[in-house]
Amino acid sequence: MATVDLKDVRKVYAGNVEAVKGVSIDIADGALCVLVGPSGCGKSTLLRMVAGLETITGGTVSIDGKVVNEIGPAERDIAMVFQNYALYPHMKVYDNMAYGLRNRGTPKDEIDRRVREAAETLELAHLLDRRPRELSGGQRQRVAMGRAIVRKPKVFLFDEPLSNLDAKLRGQMRVEIKNLQRSLGVTSVYVTHDQLEAMTLADTLVVMNAGVVEQAGAPLDIYEKPASTFVASFIGAPPMNMIPAGGDGHPEALAGAQTLGFRPEDARISTPAGEGGLTLAAVVEAVEPVGAESFLYCAAEGQHLVVRVAGRSGANIGDKLTVTTPREKLHWFDKAGRRVSA
Amino acid sequence: MIGLSRRRGVIAHIVLIIGMLVVAFPIYYTFVASTHSLQTILRPPLPLLPGPEIFNNYYEALFGGIGRIGGVNVWTLLFNTTVMALSIAVGKIIISILSAYAIVFFRFPFRMTFFWLIFITLMLPVEVRIMPTYAVMVNLGLIDTYTGLTLPLMASATATLLFRQFFLTIPGELIEAARIDGAGPWRFFKDILMPLSRTNIAALFVILFIYGWTQYLWPLLMTNRNDMTTIVIGLKKMISFADADTQWHLVMVTAMLAIIPPILVVLFMQRWFVRGLIETEK
Ligand SMILES: Nc1ncnc2c1ncn2[C@@H]1O[C@H](COP(=O)(O)OP(=O)(O)OP(=O)(O)O)[C@@H](O)[C@H]1O
Ligand SMILES: [Mg+2]
Repeated sequence: MATVDLKDVRKVYAGNVEAVKGVSIDIADGALCVLVGPSGCGKSTLLRMVAGLETITGGTVSIDGKVVNEIGPAERDIAMVFQNYALYPHMKVYDNMAYGLRNRGTPKDEIDRRVREAAETLELAHLLDRRPRELSGGQRQRVAMGRAIVRKPKVFLFDEPLSNLDAKLRGQMRVEIKNLQRSLGVTSVYVTHDQLEAMTLADTLVVMNAGVVEQAGAPLDIYEKPASTFVASFIGAPPMNMIPAGGDGHPEALAGAQTLGFRPEDARISTPAGEGGLTLAAVVEAVEPVGAESFLYCAAEGQHLVVRVAGRSGANIGDKLTVTTPREKLHWFDKAGRRVSA
Repeated sequence: MIGLSRRRGVIAHIVLIIGMLVVAFPIYYTFVASTHSLQTILRPPLPLLPGPEIFNNYYEALFGGIGRIGGVNVWTLLFNTTVMALSIAVGKIIISILSAYAIVFFRFPFRMTFFWLIFITLMLPVEVRIMPTYAVMVNLGLIDTYTGLTLPLMASATATLLFRQFFLTIPGELIEAARIDGAGPWRFFKDILMPLSRTNIAALFVILFIYGWTQYLWPLLMTNRNDMTTIVIGLKKMISFADADTQWHLVMVTAMLAIIPPILVVLFMQRWFVRGLIETEK
């Protein structure tokens, strides 16, 4: 059990590529912290610095209150699950899981007990004698998980562990990882660029962009109060609608606000906006029914908007609609894209 | 469609068979010659089928006529050649896998300089540097020793490059997983790198064994004593200038004997390659 604290962590790669520009995050004992952000924003770099696979240019990384900047990955007592699993191709599943323990001089019967226990938990017991190439993608993923949990480390690190699985399996594994992490109570850092995965897994969600933390907090807090236009458009699918403030039918803008945002699911059709709400005249450009809900792609004030309606939509392409959003569901952002609060 | 592919199959086989014949016929003819008496061989045309003298000839070459080749029997020559081929193959593999390991996985000053130095030696085959190497060996007193026969041929830029290229294809994640699993440099080499390289090692072993087995110029220079020389040199020494003095049937037997060990190595190692070709381990 451990806490992980990052203080002003920076990474400059050779050639002056500044991948991480001063990140501070405190992760509570037993919490699952998800780093999410677009490709190239420095998530993996940050995770690899926690793992000890990458030198730290500036700042400190502490595990359990102890600064680990100068400590090698094996001594940090962490376990990592890689995107491509990184299983040893020539070793059987059993040996893949046992290898780290053997290198640490764990007694043989203890290794055996732990490997079998992990295999039981992950439903791998019948596969222990296979080699990685004889396994399906999902099974390999489990072996990689198994390799991490037999070690009973202080911290789990995951770098996009599910991105090679198909959508259904990904959903299933996501639930399993969450349950496993919760029942083992091991502090974890999880990197993904999938916002759905991020929302559902995280105790603490950290949204990164271009090497800095845009916002950190509980997933639903971030969803409800995105700190910037970047977070607003990154978290939530489809992304938040954003239009320049001050058009026809707009409520009075908050001081300094330049951009007005509202989520597709907060928009209403042909319902009065109410006091201080937003009313837009829109034209339907496309209709996307996905079963339980439909998305109407509309144009209004020269902008493209998405409106979510429950169930089947009667709208057709070219229909003229009135899109409204109540006042409390509006988000305001200033010129720099920062959130403006009343 | 079926007719076409069938015709293709037939053509492919004809080509293969012709190729086989071209390669195999001289060997077959050597074998045929090794089963006839000297008189039959010297009186053309040589028959196309094996003759009756097979047991006599082979018995004489292996067990009779002790000291037939300058006072040395075939066994000594085969033994010398085996020592030479094995040492060269094993030595080259050990040296090149270790140097490739250092170059790929360690960061040390002048790493690339060393790599280029190794690379440059590719352009200097044994024959080019044979005089200076010979001089060094003479000064070290290594003439007529196994060390002298094998050591100068052990450094191998080719094998080092081959291992380097292979090591570069090993995914970074695998190396990092091993680091996290607490595998130090030696463990990583022994537990991960060596097992992953085994098909490469097997292939190289075969190539290098044959390379060592068929060396001609170097053993010719390095050995004066007949009991230190190799079978290839021995064969050469069996052929005297006057055609009539040469025991051609025994020469042919010795030639056949000289071919057998490399064939055995290929056959034995074959399972490793085939396995390596079938399973893509990555
Ligand atoms: N070894 C390296 N040398 C130089 N620059 C690097 C190196 N590794 C990563 N970078 C750069 O650092 C930045 C962050 O990379 P990083 O791998 O952390 O991104 P990421 O957020 O994990 O992206 P993805 O979602 O695509 O995995 C990128 O601009 C990348 O080009
Ligand atoms: Mg990444």
